Amino acid sequence: MILQAAAFWLLAGATIVSAFCVVAARNPVRAVLWLIVSFFSAAGLFVLLGAEFLAMLLIVVYVGAVAVLFLFVVMMLDVDFAELKQGFLSYLPLGGLVALILAAELVLVGSVWASAEGAAALRAAPMPDGLTNVEALGRVLYDQYVYFFQAAGLVLLVAMIGAIVLTLHHRPGVKRQNIARQVGRKPSEAVELRDVKPGEGIGE
Amino acid sequence: MTGEQFFSEIPLLAPELVLAVGAMALLMLGVFMKDEAKAASRVSFLTVLLLVAAGGAALFLVPAGGGTAFNGAFVFDPLALFSKLLITGAAALALELAGPYLKAEKLARFEYPVLIALAVTGMAMMVSANDLIALYMGVELQSLALYVLAAFNRESQRASEAGLKYFILGALSSGLLLYGASLVYGFTGATGFTEIGMAVAEGPSTGLLVGLVFVICGLAFKVSAAPFHMWTPDVYEGAPTPVTAFFATAPKVAAMVLFARVLMGPFGEMVDDWRQVVMVIAVLSMAVGAFGALTQTNIKRLMAYSSIGNMGWALVAVSADSLTGLWALLAFMTLYVIGVIGAFAVILAMRTSEGMVEQIEDLSGLAQSRPGLGWAMTAVMFSIGGLPFLVGFLGKLFVLYAALEAGLWVLAVIAVLISVVAAAYYLKVISVIWFKEPKVSFTAAPVGVSLIAKAAGASTVLLLPVAAVLFIHARTAGAALF
Repeated sequence: MILQAAAFWLLAGATIVSAFCVVAARNPVRAVLWLIVSFFSAAGLFVLLGAEFLAMLLIVVYVGAVAVLFLFVVMMLDVDFAELKQGFLSYLPLGGLVALILAAELVLVGSVWASAEGAAALRAAPMPDGLTNVEALGRVLYDQYVYFFQAAGLVLLVAMIGAIVLTLHHRPGVKRQNIARQVGRKPSEAVELRDVKPGEGIGE
Repeated sequence: MTGEQFFSEIPLLAPELVLAVGAMALLMLGVFMKDEAKAASRVSFLTVLLLVAAGGAALFLVPAGGGTAFNGAFVFDPLALFSKLLITGAAALALELAGPYLKAEKLARFEYPVLIALAVTGMAMMVSANDLIALYMGVELQSLALYVLAAFNRESQRASEAGLKYFILGALSSGLLLYGASLVYGFTGATGFTEIGMAVAEGPSTGLLVGLVFVICGLAFKVSAAPFHMWTPDVYEGAPTPVTAFFATAPKVAAMVLFARVLMGPFGEMVDDWRQVVMVIAVLSMAVGAFGALTQTNIKRLMAYSSIGNMGWALVAVSADSLTGLWALLAFMTLYVIGVIGAFAVILAMRTSEGMVEQIEDLSGLAQSRPGLGWAMTAVMFSIGGLPFLVGFLGKLFVLYAALEAGLWVLAVIAVLISVVAAAYYLKVISVIWFKEPKVSFTAAPVGVSLIAKAAGASTVLLLPVAAVLFIHARTAGAALF
């Protein structure tokens, strides 16, 4: 238990510190890197809760896709983040108020959740006995909700087709890499020997 | 759910499976064909066949008597069968109309028919929805495909604007729908329509009513009923014409049937609460449709207002909340779809050597220059307007009968008064066709398009003797809910 508690405090502390650094970092690339640390620590917290599948998802989706995308975007965009951050302090009162409201709402939800009937039993056994995370989720998604799950897949397919239809332009005259041709090139086609006289160069 | 249960329920989904699997197969075919123009025309042709096959699957592959699947989330009953046949038929005709236009405007791409097939899958799911989540998934699948279709002509600024406008307002309406659904779930503890119906019968609460009103608002957006109609004229005008023809037919049928299924099914016990809301929406839609159309000069905008007004009529049938109301709604929608397909076929035939024209003035003297199309447009305009004695008149007559039977005679009187105003603009179009000198010379219309136009025009008269058959089928379908 002591090891678990230590791991929790370590991971929770790392999450909060790195989350603060995301906001505080001057360099946007560093902010994204701190964000990745924050995601990783949160994934660790999920593992402690016994939700290893969610932890994997967090890493694969948020770190693997979202954070890398962020990284690309901040590197590509020429945004002066230092300028954006000016007047950070003047927003502090409003931001503090928002944070206070959010905290109050969290306390409200938490207290209702703690006192609701049946909640204690659910907390004690979040999963059916003898099932792994993946199996328990699969039994819900591919069994009870298989119709909705497949329908959601179709919606995503439409979104994909739509994105391609509306944005993909086939431009004529684009040079593409043709590996077979590159590999199949012979020295006789690629290299030409010229007899150059001293001091003249190749006059074209 | 056991494997046996799963496989015994699968045949109920035959139309959806045919559509979804077929759409994916056609997508692959389109991607792997080298020649783009050839891919577009071949996939388009195969999609028409696919839509017909889906209708056939609904008729012949689904076990007789239907039933529910997936713990009651999906239902196949005569109502679903009737609407699926109507939707696949309307979509197949709309797709058939699209070919020549897309080719002429250099829009012929194989994704167009594939998106139509996926949208129709969503509509089939909508009319079979027996659960709030199933309802939402169907609506979303349908809408997402429609947003893309609206912006399909990405070179045109108007089409992009139409697509974006439709997308943003559609997302807003989905939000309303979801919020309402979450309230309904919160106050009944269930998402299935059967369970919600039982909870409603035990005693409605205020929270449930608020949720229901939000659901009604979200659905009213999808059928473009006033006061949620603002997007309709702009989207109808901006989108490519065959897309508009599609928008005005199949999605309207699906959303209207869903509307009726939600209100008359689980919320049937709360009829006194929702009837006033639906009645207000119906009257507003009819009024907006009639008065808004009077000043229009663009025929596509005119059709948009006409569609808003006719959705008002359909909602009159919904507010009757009776078997008569439901079958009047189905019959009305069927006849409306025939009229709209005919009208858009004529609009798609309005091509000059410089391109498409879509002003009402351009129809001048159509009766002299193209008598066949002139007659067809006259017939379908009379029919959509509900003027006697064409089939559209019968549709409106039965809606009125349903309203009177439910004791809503004030609503019936208002509906008749407004339809007199609405008749004015249908007559204006017809007077332009017959009594003005031709202004532009049209090039020859594509054979398929003018054939569909003339067939729709002729059927407004020829269907009269066999209208009884339609009404018998609509009645069997309507009996599913009562």
